[in-house]
Amino acid sequence: MSRPRRLAEVWGDAARRLRADRVGMASLGVVLAFVLLIAASAAGLVAGGWQREVAVPSAPPGLAGPRQAQAPGLLQQPAGPKADLSDVDPLAPRYGEWEARAAQYRDVELHKRQTLPLGADRMGRDVLAKAVKGTEISVFVGLMAALVATSIGTLLGALGGFFGGRLGDALEWLYNVFTSIPGILLIFAFAAVFGRGIGTVVLILGLTGWTGVYRLLRAEFMKHAVRDYVRAAQAIGASAGSRMFRHILPNVSHVILVQLSILTVGFIKAEVILSYLGLGVPVDQVSWGTMLAEAQSELLLGHWWQLATATLFMALFVTAFSLLTDALRDALDPKLRGLE
Amino acid sequence: MTAYLLRRLWQMLPTLAGVVLLVFVLFKAFGGDPAEILGGLNATPQQIESIRQQLGLDRPWWVQLWIFVQQIASFDWGRSWATGEPVAQLFATRLPATLTVMLPILVLDTLLALPLALAVAAMRGSLTDRLVMVVTTVALSISFLVYIIVGQYLFAFRLGWFPVQGWSDSLWTNLAVYAPLPVLLAVLVGLAPQTRLYRSFFLDEIGQDYVRTARAKGLSEPVVLLRHVLRNAMVPILTNIGLALPGIFVGSFLIEVFFSIPGLGREVLLAVNRSDYPVIQAVTVYVALLTMAVNLVVDLLYKWADPRVELK
Repeated sequence: MSRPRRLAEVWGDAARRLRADRVGMASLGVVLAFVLLIAASAAGLVAGGWQREVAVPSAPPGLAGPRQAQAPGLLQQPAGPKADLSDVDPLAPRYGEWEARAAQYRDVELHKRQTLPLGADRMGRDVLAKAVKGTEISVFVGLMAALVATSIGTLLGALGGFFGGRLGDALEWLYNVFTSIPGILLIFAFAAVFGRGIGTVVLILGLTGWTGVYRLLRAEFMKHAVRDYVRAAQAIGASAGSRMFRHILPNVSHVILVQLSILTVGFIKAEVILSYLGLGVPVDQVSWGTMLAEAQSELLLGHWWQLATATLFMALFVTAFSLLTDALRDALDPKLRGLE
Repeated sequence: MTAYLLRRLWQMLPTLAGVVLLVFVLFKAFGGDPAEILGGLNATPQQIESIRQQLGLDRPWWVQLWIFVQQIASFDWGRSWATGEPVAQLFATRLPATLTVMLPILVLDTLLALPLALAVAAMRGSLTDRLVMVVTTVALSISFLVYIIVGQYLFAFRLGWFPVQGWSDSLWTNLAVYAPLPVLLAVLVGLAPQTRLYRSFFLDEIGQDYVRTARAKGLSEPVVLLRHVLRNAMVPILTNIGLALPGIFVGSFLIEVFFSIPGLGREVLLAVNRSDYPVIQAVTVYVALLTMAVNLVVDLLYKWADPRVELK
């Protein structure tokens, strides 16, 4: 209680608490590994050729071994030497000429693999490469949408909480309107408006998901606006904008950071559902959502590997990210430790 | 109390106006042209023009907005542009199916999550507590889509315990035959986040002084938890249930699409794809009204759960 702590110390303390949290550090490691994977995929180092059809359609994973050959048909293959028809076949004289012409063009022997480490999809594309590329897109969409939503929520919350009055009432009205419309309908409406594409998904989720952040940040700004340090800043002539964003914002940044990561997880899951409904990531790109959408019909044929891979990648990342979020919140706000 | 109610009802008007305006602007200004969608690919320009006239799309936007405002005020929603079915009838026939699935989900979720969360909160920090938290974290990280796809494949297609999909005209057949699998899957999915949330509410209360007092005066642990903690945690719990309530009237479109349940959620998805404006408008206003009504009822329930709450 003696002297007010500087902001750098607050973050330093938080970092120290985070380092002491074993679960938090382990999940940080997993998330960092994913970040490396995403960076490599974005740079084209891995999974660049996910669209190439490298294996036979629906090639099973390596462990399961190649698929059994189809049972021979009912028709018996005729045996014995071929009958010589050259005396009645009118085209017979030209066969030699055609063969010589055809020999000028070389056939490329397409070697399609029978198995892949994690199998192939219906078109023979490598599921592992798809999952890596899908990770890049899904995480990118989730993170960008969360950034958009947090930015909108923070800006509106700051304005509403700091100024109050007419502006605050107007923003409360906007909040009430957005929360009164069912989320699905709002998302569908924005999706119908903007068409489909990665940028669209980011916009849709960002424009519909800001309300929770607004609510929290508005309360924080209301609380901080009347604190002594803000009044002191006002006394030395700091403008409203400076007080809001240079003085208060750093002091509520931990709330924003935690909201950002909570929203990221939510939006990654929302993207999956949007893509399944055909409102999300376009068909020439791959995300966890489009993989799961394909997996439904594949499962009926017993091809479980694409479903399993997409689920595994998603579960691993989302679990690690959620645990990291929890650890982050505990580290930044020790009062809440272990609550949720 | 009456003054409070009147004021709350009065405050709903601007919100409702905003909802109507937002949806109108979104679909009018940017949505697909309903006349072209309805006319199909082979429609001639004359046909499209006549559909436009029929729907009133050729009139200025403020006339169209005024027509919708009149419809809202008179509770006469007109007919669906796509099928010609009166919107009121559409609601009357689709809502029962949605409620048949959604109501059991909400009730079961709450009834299962509350005791589970209370039990886990009472054992805070124990191995069971930590195990439950890990299991729920992992369960939460898997997409709802995966649960439905795998559940339908395993329990219906492979094991044959339930029909893969379908619906009948009899409420009891629906409840006994067609609803169980979607309900089971949705409850499974909902249980993890609900348990975590309720656990945090209970932990908030268990740390309070009155709990220590209750224990100090020799009350048994069940009494402390069930009579003191549960009652005090009722306010956030009610808020949470209140937040979920409007959703059960819209239904989960994912469940309805996967299990071929003729409910409202599927209808909304269809309406958006067809730019069927009367249906979209009706659903939006209906859910907005419902949300506001539920919020009001929840606020009134606070008073019942916690007499210290002042309604102002």
